Amino acid sequence: MKKRDIILISIFIAIAALGFGISRWPSLSDKEAILKISVQGETYGEYSLKQNQTIEIGSTNTCEIKDGKVHMIQADCPDKLCMDFTAIDKDGGSIVCLPNQVVLEIVTDNQNIDSIAG
Amino acid sequence: MDKEKLAYKKLAYMGLFCALAILMGYIEAILPIHIGIPGVKLGIVNIVIIFVFYTLGWKEALTISVIRIFVVGFLFGNLYSILFSLAGGVLSFLVMLILKKFHFHILTVSIAGGITHNLGQLLIASFVVQVYSLMYFMPIMIVAGVAAGAVIGYLGHLAIKRLAYLMPK
Repeated sequence: MKKRDIILISIFIAIAALGFGISRWPSLSDKEAILKISVQGETYGEYSLKQNQTIEIGSTNTCEIKDGKVHMIQADCPDKLCMDFTAIDKDGGSIVCLPNQVVLEIVTDNQNIDSIAG
Repeated sequence: MDKEKLAYKKLAYMGLFCALAILMGYIEAILPIHIGIPGVKLGIVNIVIIFVFYTLGWKEALTISVIRIFVVGFLFGNLYSILFSLAGGVLSFLVMLILKKFHFHILTVSIAGGITHNLGQLLIASFVVQVYSLMYFMPIMIVAGVAAGAVIGYLGHLAIKRLAYLMPK
């Protein structure tokens, strides 16, 4: 290992640390986080994280909100990768089922305004 | 060894490594590693790719990589997984090629390959579903890529040290 190898690897880790900091930053604000579900690019619905519920998304997927955490509990696609995602909560993140193009996203009120304006 | 004989020998080795890469892909597919983010895996296939890359050359490594992606995709995956693997595979290959050209250490080459492999898949996924918050996973993917790339790079380094003398030059 030469010096520049170590420098390059340090840069990778620095980018990761920076990205980590930025992506978790909004969670420090007290804006309410809500779950936004979209199917094939269209918004399907928005749900509060505070209420425990099971949501059927069309006929293809089912997700569950429990104690402020969201996860996919059922999918009819063959790979079921979306059910492998860790649960998402108010800190952000997303769960994606690519074959059905179902997206679960955590958005804050702030981001919502942005997406309407954009 | 004359030129024609060398070409045949190279071809035979490439067939062998293609089979090995496909087998590694199968082992990868049945290894139960779940850290909650699809697409994060050890990438043991990369041992074969790196070995070929450093002993036979970059064209051979790229050929094996692409053939492997299609064969494994048709056997165990679907159209999506082929698309993702291609994006990740080609992007990581380009980065590894550039770093090797500038004589970076094999561990660095492997780590950069691991990271960009994940990143390529993430980019394609973000593009397909038009959800850019998928980039939320980027930091974790980079860290996972550094760890897996270091392990794979070291294993590749050991393999090259012990087996490179067998390869046709």
